[in-house]
Amino acid sequence: MEFALTDEQAMIADTVRAFFAENATSERTRAAMEGAGIDRDLWAAFAGELGLAGIGIPEDFGGAGLGMVELAVVAEAAGAQVAALPLLGHAMLAQALARGGSQAQKEHWLPRLAAGEVIATVSWNAAFEVHDGAVSGTIAHLPHGAIADVLLLHAAGQAWLVDLAGEGVRRRAHVTMDQTRPLATVTLDGTPAEKLENGATAIGGLHAAGWICLAAEALGGAQASLDRTVEYAKERVQFGRPIGSFQAYKHRLADMMVEIEQARSAVYWAACAVDEQAEEAALALHAAKAFCADTYRMCAGNMIQLHGGIGFTWEHDSHLFFKRARSIATLYGDSQWHREQVARLVMGDPA
Amino acid sequence: MKLGFSKADEAFRSECAAWLQAQMAGPFADIRGIPNLVSKIERRREWEQELAAHKWSCIGWPEQWGGRGATLAQQVIFAEEYARAGAPGRINHIGVELAGPTILAFGTEEQKARFLPGIAAGTAIWCQGYSEPNAGSDLANVRTKARLEGEEWVVNGQKVWTSLAHFSDWIFVIARSQEGSKGPKGLTFLMMEMDQPGIEVRPIRQMNGEAEFNETFLTDARCPADSLIGTPGDGWRVAMGLLAFERGVSTLAQQMGFRNELDGILAAARANGKDRDPVIRQRVAEAEIGLRLMRYGALRMLSNADHSAIDGAALTYKIQWATWRRNLGELAMDVLGQDGEIAPGAEYEWPMLPNLFLFSRSDTIYGGTNQIQRNLIAERGLGLPKEPRGDL
Repeated sequence: MEFALTDEQAMIADTVRAFFAENATSERTRAAMEGAGIDRDLWAAFAGELGLAGIGIPEDFGGAGLGMVELAVVAEAAGAQVAALPLLGHAMLAQALARGGSQAQKEHWLPRLAAGEVIATVSWNAAFEVHDGAVSGTIAHLPHGAIADVLLLHAAGQAWLVDLAGEGVRRRAHVTMDQTRPLATVTLDGTPAEKLENGATAIGGLHAAGWICLAAEALGGAQASLDRTVEYAKERVQFGRPIGSFQAYKHRLADMMVEIEQARSAVYWAACAVDEQAEEAALALHAAKAFCADTYRMCAGNMIQLHGGIGFTWEHDSHLFFKRARSIATLYGDSQWHREQVARLVMGDPA
Repeated sequence: MKLGFSKADEAFRSECAAWLQAQMAGPFADIRGIPNLVSKIERRREWEQELAAHKWSCIGWPEQWGGRGATLAQQVIFAEEYARAGAPGRINHIGVELAGPTILAFGTEEQKARFLPGIAAGTAIWCQGYSEPNAGSDLANVRTKARLEGEEWVVNGQKVWTSLAHFSDWIFVIARSQEGSKGPKGLTFLMMEMDQPGIEVRPIRQMNGEAEFNETFLTDARCPADSLIGTPGDGWRVAMGLLAFERGVSTLAQQMGFRNELDGILAAARANGKDRDPVIRQRVAEAEIGLRLMRYGALRMLSNADHSAIDGAALTYKIQWATWRRNLGELAMDVLGQDGEIAPGAEYEWPMLPNLFLFSRSDTIYGGTNQIQRNLIAERGLGLPKEPRGDL
């Protein structure tokens, strides 16, 4: 049995954890929140010095040629610091292209993605029309959509790439509850769109990367919520004892750990299942997204409650985790939707 | 990081699956699928001996003592195939999984030679004498007394929740051997023969109508002086080492039983149309996800080579499965509706799903209640201050 990180994977994990802990500080993240929700220096170092933007991109196209397990390791560490990075759309587009792009599309886009030169965003349940290679429609709720260079649209087994520098593009950046991953609405009016060679496999790739990225971020965030609250529980004294010695308090922390350990199994089960092309990959992806999002919400909510008044302030970082947990829960299918997909796989269609 | 097993391990899987399935389709078909530990006991003793005759009774033990020296992966595979074949619950699971490993880890060579062959052969069935009326969650509060009289230990007291005691051949007991000692100090771990005038067993009828557990009364019960494991007063350390054996490989076999219960719920939902109810579908999905995560949690636990570190998956496993199964019992009854409340026959005896609903209320209690589990997780896993001990 080898359901544990290999030495190499553990080394990547150590490296990225140290990188985000040192660089994705509360101060820098808060500065990014005041702007477009991106720490550009962090993104440059992430892609440049560490070469991590190319982690899931084949070596032929300038990437590291690693898989979903490594992507999960990176996303988990980024999530633990609520890092303001456009990792999600980036991972999704890279997998969509790697699996479903033509040779020319791969040659054009993948090396630039691996170098971190382009910022990508991906739609979910969008309504749009494509005529003669031009797309029109209003695409809502795009993560980092206000600063993205490229948009991936998909519907009914087909996928298109839209260069957002093209004609007919209007953007509206929204004040977003989670300021570390702000949403935008992009309106397209006859904007040139390039169809991906194999839409169905591209969509499979973006789903896998997106759900694993979100689930792993949620795992990292949930674990950080627990770790930070445990530290507080040991320091804070009330009634003449550390508050972490009260059962009403420590039992909530224990419940968090029980969920987090399952979330960890879920993320790496799904990542391995995709990498190994296992039959249960679809079930694992839906399970991981639903379970980890719910775990994060529970843990971040508890983090606020267990910190008392300070946890409700803007100054304390609890709300960064809490808001990220909320946005993860809704992005690319909420937990009810993912559980219904699991139910379909287990019990068949409802009617 | 990988999900699957090696080719050699899969070959081993085929070998044990073929043997187990042949037994359950042929000579032992009459005891196929019995989950409880109370019915057809004589046939199940024969089954234990049949397992032993083909060296399948304790494959993880060293070959010298009747095992195969199987790797962890092979033990996992055997446990999965055992459950998949529908082989009945092991009536000697306490002997094979608890007593044997404890004797292997802490016993003398004489004790190994004396006790292990009987367990391996399936001829010595064991039960566990830990809990007492006043030592449940507070296990260290043992009152049963042991004193050395010449060449014998003489034991007096009462044990409770001793499952399988009514047909066991041996019992291991923790008893207070140092007068005036308190808590975990002064306890001794003894192995005693059940067939003696000083031991009386009374079954306890449970809320599901069955009687798997017992009260065991020890009145001047005796065993030879060399029947202790470790040294006098060292029983707590031995007992705690033994509790560590309770988790691990067997959890994967247990999960195959859970799979069977969840499949039963799915079949019931299809039959009565509840499979179209969106709330039931959400709960079925939650149950399915929970079961899968149990499997991968167990594989993580077993893949973790560094067992010296506190393993989060291992520490949280008990509360996880117990709570999951209790919820499954609730789901079963919500799917069955009022049909679930009617017994099929004239006796107070329940089919799998209503029995799951009733029996699973014990899952969150035995082997450490959910509340005790949360204390352990918070104190050992998260390093929070220990619960202060009262002195009443």
